[in-house]
Amino acid sequence: MAKTATTGTANSRTAVSATEAGACAAAPTDPGSLRNLRWVHPGAWWIWALGLAVAASRTTNPLLLGLIVAVAAVVVSARRPHAPWGRTFSAFLVLGAIIIVIRVMFQILLGVPIGSTVLFVLPTIDLPDVFAGIRVGGEVTGEEILAGAYDGLRLATILACVGAANSLASPARLLASVPGALYEAGVAVVIAVTFAPQLITDLRRVRAARRLRGRPVRGLRGIAGSAIPVLEGALERSVHLAAAMDSRGYGRIANRTTRQRRVAATALLGSLALGLIGVYAMLDASAPTIVGVILLASGAAVAIVGVRMAGARSPRSRYRPDPWGGPEWITAASGLIAAAAFIAAAIWMVPGMTTPVDPAQWPRLPLFAVASLAIALLPAWVTPQPPDRRSL
Amino acid sequence: MSQPPVNPTPVNPTPMIRWESVTVTYHEATRPTIEDIDLTINEGELALVIGPTGSGKSTLLRTINGLVPHFTGGTLRGRVVVDGRDTAGHPPRELADVVGYVAQDPRSGFVTDTVEEELAYTMESLGIAPVVMRRRVEETLDLLGLTNLRSRPLGMLSGGQRQRVAIGSVLTAAPRVLVLDEPTSALDPGAAEEVLAAVQRLVHDLGITVVLAEHRLERVVEYADRVIVVPGGGRPLIVGEPTVVMETAPIAPPVVRLGRIAGWSPIPLSVRDARRVAGDLRAQLHAVDAQHASSTHPTPPEGAERPALSVTRDLFVALGSHFAIKGVSWQLHAGEVVALMGRNGAGKSTFLGSLVGLHAATRGQVDVAGSDPRSLRGAELVRTIGLVPQEFTDLLTRSTVADECHDADHDARVPQGTTAAILSDLAPDIDPATHPRDLSEGQRLSLALAVVLSGRPPVICLDEPTRGLDYDTKERLVTILRRIQHEGHAIVVATHDVELVAELATRVVILADGEIVADGPTADVVVSSPLFAPQAAKILSTPDAPARWLTPSAVMSALGDAS
Repeated sequence: MAKTATTGTANSRTAVSATEAGACAAAPTDPGSLRNLRWVHPGAWWIWALGLAVAASRTTNPLLLGLIVAVAAVVVSARRPHAPWGRTFSAFLVLGAIIIVIRVMFQILLGVPIGSTVLFVLPTIDLPDVFAGIRVGGEVTGEEILAGAYDGLRLATILACVGAANSLASPARLLASVPGALYEAGVAVVIAVTFAPQLITDLRRVRAARRLRGRPVRGLRGIAGSAIPVLEGALERSVHLAAAMDSRGYGRIANRTTRQRRVAATALLGSLALGLIGVYAMLDASAPTIVGVILLASGAAVAIVGVRMAGARSPRSRYRPDPWGGPEWITAASGLIAAAAFIAAAIWMVPGMTTPVDPAQWPRLPLFAVASLAIALLPAWVTPQPPDRRSL
Repeated sequence: MSQPPVNPTPVNPTPMIRWESVTVTYHEATRPTIEDIDLTINEGELALVIGPTGSGKSTLLRTINGLVPHFTGGTLRGRVVVDGRDTAGHPPRELADVVGYVAQDPRSGFVTDTVEEELAYTMESLGIAPVVMRRRVEETLDLLGLTNLRSRPLGMLSGGQRQRVAIGSVLTAAPRVLVLDEPTSALDPGAAEEVLAAVQRLVHDLGITVVLAEHRLERVVEYADRVIVVPGGGRPLIVGEPTVVMETAPIAPPVVRLGRIAGWSPIPLSVRDARRVAGDLRAQLHAVDAQHASSTHPTPPEGAERPALSVTRDLFVALGSHFAIKGVSWQLHAGEVVALMGRNGAGKSTFLGSLVGLHAATRGQVDVAGSDPRSLRGAELVRTIGLVPQEFTDLLTRSTVADECHDADHDARVPQGTTAAILSDLAPDIDPATHPRDLSEGQRLSLALAVVLSGRPPVICLDEPTRGLDYDTKERLVTILRRIQHEGHAIVVATHDVELVAELATRVVILADGEIVADGPTADVVVSSPLFAPQAAKILSTPDAPARWLTPSAVMSALGDAS
């Protein structure tokens, strides 16, 4: 009843705010350009980014790693949405830089010296026999630092790829596409993800209040004094959120039995475990690649079966699911091509994939790998613009 | 006043919500929060629930969709039936298609990232077909004027937009009842009107039953079909036509109080109604010496050169990448009460923050009693300037009132007992052993204020102090602040509450987009603004003679002196 009434009034009434009505009229009206504005399926972005991450894991060539970061940066700057999570890429780059520094520090303190170019000597600390094999301090060589830096750069690049996926498609939007049976687990993750920024806002407020009362905000006492009110606030907010979700119908279990839920949970955990081991095997160059592929594939199979079984009678429906079309295929494929090219190059030991440190050499640029990265750059042009960039 | 009550009920009203001798007792509570409620709300009604803070309004509202007792715990005796469903057998999620419930702070209830997804969320939970969802989202976007915000992240909305999205997000499920808990208390007058206009349209055009709790009666009472007073303390509800209930209700907006003073009957509920019967009163008041009116209005105490306590010169403050304050220069003198007004996001809180040194000046200077607030630490700061922030409970950290007072004395390096003495002055009946959380909103505000006052700072800032306060508590706050003013303190209040400004402020500063757009005596600034004028001024002003009476009490004393 209410529905029919709405249709009648929607057009006949003036908009609530005049300014908004004005902005509305200024929106693009060309149907062609409107069709070009849509969200790319978040799954495509994550496959593309993880493909780049796998590629990065196969090389220590700083030029190639730098190129991968550059590809990620170009695509992010071309296609990131105008939303808070769209600005997270640079934070990941900063985190990457910190990782490089930490990695080099560890190399200096604990590393085994390679090569002969001794830069300086640290005092050695004698450890008890239990820690035999661990060396603290001693000679530090240039080769050793270079090796540490390459390794740190590789980790930083992988992190940059994850950061790119995160800013192109927020984890929350990725979870909107997960099958209904896994929905409840997905909500828990979304809430956890949105909680961190909230905690930071709370912390800022509590510290301001402490300053107003003339109390220390820095140091141990400051942290101890702020922790309790921040946690209290977090708890309170989660209670509010739970009440709101309950009143909005979350958890209406239409006709799913306990058994069905258990099947879904087991399938989820099993496929996650298989997937994790598979990814580890893929990333760890010493394990045969085929093992990783088999594990990943069987993990995916378990997940699909479990989800089909349990999700068949889930009461939820989905609003405007992101379509999977041409741009998505190209995006996902370009990431996978880069991964495949790098894996193949590593297996065939194409010169330039690893950069020797003893003696140190200027890194070479294997054309094969560079070509695959050029393909991974395609999504910056072939994907549609995010809709909110035009409207803001 | 003895007019027969008009019978508002249509011929055959359909009951939508029915309470049958409902009593709610929370765990470990010594007495029920609401007791023996018998009440029916009919289809298509807009019912306004009013009452002092802590009287059980929220509890009453939350029984409608079963949050009480399914979610909050406690026991509910009696029966609540909504659209034929007994809430005893239906938890909130099973009522989501009948009752849309919007909590006090909509931010805490958002689940998704963007406006459009948020609007669809309830429907997704209910399993509504994608085609229907798509259509209803579009209809709701139009209905609430959200069309061009559809892909906006929820974190980037203004207060009024946020509230409209929260209403829209439950509305898409096509509920028959909409429950709103203080929907406008945190909003500036413009945004509040935006939200209330949307609510009114839902009632008129869609026939939705709306139950709405609100403290700021001046905004909503004219729209209500029925007023339900929850007096608290186990006293029975008072239910009836707004014009009848408002004649005697313990809490009343200025328009009603003015009506009572002038003896109008039926009591007017809106400025429009009041203006039509106010001709005599206007004439009577204009006969009174105009000089008199200005003396009843709050003014700074007379004196020779009053020292400037807080000075800013060409102040710019950047928050992230944009400037929240752009070139503000001002002076604040002892004995002044300055109201800082302006829409949400105009920079009021940032300005207060930079006055006390929470935000660094990007350019320009801030000066408090001769020094830069950023350089002050500890007791020095506490004794120079104090701020009661919007979330004033942040200031309170201990588990008893006594400990809190003890800490405040210690922070400000003043003799033990100082804060406790101030508190007993502000709010006499607080048991020092209570947890600050168990105090009423007004008592808690008094405690925060006492903590800030402990160092006797010459400048005191308050950010939105009246949000969520009932009229009684507000009146007590006004009395307290006036006394502090007369002791020579300077007070800055950032607020949306025009009635508070009319009662209290000697000067009004309006900020827009980080700049001062108006600065002058209260009577001059607020009367000329259609949005910021208090109700009494709107009723009593004439085109050729702007009203000089801003509050009902000013009118009363003017009339008293004249006779």
